[in-house]
Amino acid sequence: MALLDIENLHAKIDGEHGKEILKGLSLKVNPGEVHAIMGPNGSGKSTLSYILAGKEDYEVTDGTVTLEGEDLLEMEIDERAAKGVFLAFQYPVEVPGVATMTFLRAALNAQRKKRGEAEISTPDFLRLVREKAGHLGINQDMLKRGVNVGFSGGEKKRAEILQMAVLEPKLCVLDETDSGLDIDALKVVSEGVNALRSPDRAMIVITHYQRLLNHIVPDFVHVMNQGRIVRSGGKELALELEANGYAEYQQDAA
Amino acid sequence: MNADIRPIRTPAEQAILASLGTVPEGGDRLADLRRAAARSFEENGLPHRRVEEWKYTDLRALMREAVPVAGTAAVAEAEARARLLRGVEARRIVIANGAVVPELSDLADLEQGLVVTTFSAAVAAGDEALSRLGGIVPSRYDASLALNTALAKDGVVITVAPGARIERPVHVAHVFAGASAAAMYTRSLVVVGAGAALTYAESFEGPDGLAYQANAATEFVVGDEAHLDVVRLQEDGASAFHLATLLFDVGRDSQVHTFTFSLGASVARTSLYATLSGADSHVGFNGASLLKGRQHADTTLYVDHQVPGCESRELFKHVLDDASRGVFQGKIVVRQAAQKTDGRMMSRALVLGDEAEMDNKPELEIFADDVQCGHGATCGAIDDELLFYLRARGIPMKEAQSLLVQAFVGEAIETVEHEGLREALIERAESWLAARA
Repeated sequence: MALLDIENLHAKIDGEHGKEILKGLSLKVNPGEVHAIMGPNGSGKSTLSYILAGKEDYEVTDGTVTLEGEDLLEMEIDERAAKGVFLAFQYPVEVPGVATMTFLRAALNAQRKKRGEAEISTPDFLRLVREKAGHLGINQDMLKRGVNVGFSGGEKKRAEILQMAVLEPKLCVLDETDSGLDIDALKVVSEGVNALRSPDRAMIVITHYQRLLNHIVPDFVHVMNQGRIVRSGGKELALELEANGYAEYQQDAA
Repeated sequence: MNADIRPIRTPAEQAILASLGTVPEGGDRLADLRRAAARSFEENGLPHRRVEEWKYTDLRALMREAVPVAGTAAVAEAEARARLLRGVEARRIVIANGAVVPELSDLADLEQGLVVTTFSAAVAAGDEALSRLGGIVPSRYDASLALNTALAKDGVVITVAPGARIERPVHVAHVFAGASAAAMYTRSLVVVGAGAALTYAESFEGPDGLAYQANAATEFVVGDEAHLDVVRLQEDGASAFHLATLLFDVGRDSQVHTFTFSLGASVARTSLYATLSGADSHVGFNGASLLKGRQHADTTLYVDHQVPGCESRELFKHVLDDASRGVFQGKIVVRQAAQKTDGRMMSRALVLGDEAEMDNKPELEIFADDVQCGHGATCGAIDDELLFYLRARGIPMKEAQSLLVQAFVGEAIETVEHEGLREALIERAESWLAARA
């Protein structure tokens, strides 16, 4: 059974005259696989990531999404997270007054509780965070500050990967994690992501650029346009896109 | 001669007027103050919505009836009910049903330079400190203060000698321990000498089922180069009426920080009047209210910059659940002489309940030309983007809301300098949120 199975997904922006964004998207992701989704602006990549995470601004009008055979669309936002869905945000929000440590602990324990597991002990939690934060170059001061408050673009992305490392999701959706990163930061973030690759975990990496895929090498590359996957291939497809751009797909659709 | 347009007296006004006939006697000066206050109440009565300062808290309509003045509380009952801030290491004085309970009050072994007596004892002895009473006069008639001046039975009188720095906070715990609804009028006076320092806390609590009325006024006279921290925790019972007045006269080069926390009572009004009469002082008036059900809480603040070079900071946070109503009226006045004044006032409301309401009225009145002043007021729901972010990490809705509300209120509570008191207030906020979830 696929970890994630998206079948003929149609979705529009919530509201009476909401624009249709996804127009029959299908995608199967098995454990251990890394899928890259590329495509021009406005093709629906970010919408797909939000719908997987459960954002309430969209309405699914047709199709199905299952996670390990269960209907994902029926689940509450926090339930999806507890079942292993993690969205690394393109623009992580700042949460003033909620320290990163407090936030991480609340999230981890809420997920464990929902899965019927015991809460993590304080020493175990501190050890876990310290170890993961060290690899990502996140210092104690950042952990004490409000979530993402005053962080640079690169620090925010590293903090997202830290959350991912601590929460250990089954399905990681990375929404333009490379945007706003310089080359050094891109390397640190990619190493953090690669460290999380495992036979039990799948990833969907959304990006505009081939550059990220030099660091996080995908098993599959999909081209998205006008709310659909219009072509799929291996990692060499990304190189072809880098050379030729998306023009050919946009004409196809027109 | 003006036509008589005085409205018909309500049953509450009539009952209060009857009790004013028994204004207790005191020293000459106090007796004069009491008589003048009683007279002003006779003339003006309870304020209503056409009186600007009480526009959002129509006392005449809200206070339907007056209740008899409370009788003496049983010591055991008072002890059992005075629970707030108990974990904080402090010199504790318990006031039950409007009178100090000596058996529960720590009035012995006072630190060098600290004098604590009861208001009733100070009145009986003609205490010199009482000459400071009534020194700060609001620019307009204030019914709540007038009634307090006329009827106050007891309270505390604290004097800190010049240069004395009192480390251990003084906590005055007010509690209602009666079996039926009654009224309490308490008056306290805190005089902090030049170069002295004091942390003063007062708390208010009582049973939920009784429509008792608490009217408390505290005057603070702060000398030059003095340091005063005030923490006020109001958790009166859910049916209670709470009227509070805090008055400050601040000397030169002083530091005064207050935090008023309102969680209780059916109707609460907290008025703060501050006169900055010495140059170059720093004052911070902060506070928060957490309201639910049909609670109504009004914080009205008046900061009068009379002299140059003072800095005032005001930050108030209001959390409104269900059909509760929050009111903030803040006014900063900068007199012509008060050049180089730096005043900033902010009131922020977080509306959780569909039927909740917030009325924000910040005002600046500036007569000096070289000042920096600003005010702001916001009112909104919890940010959906923040909620989504927290929920996308697995935190359930209620818990995510709690974390965000705590962070919102926390910003104001963080201004409390005393660690024990700050933690106690955070615990009260957490407890409020836990009861909500």
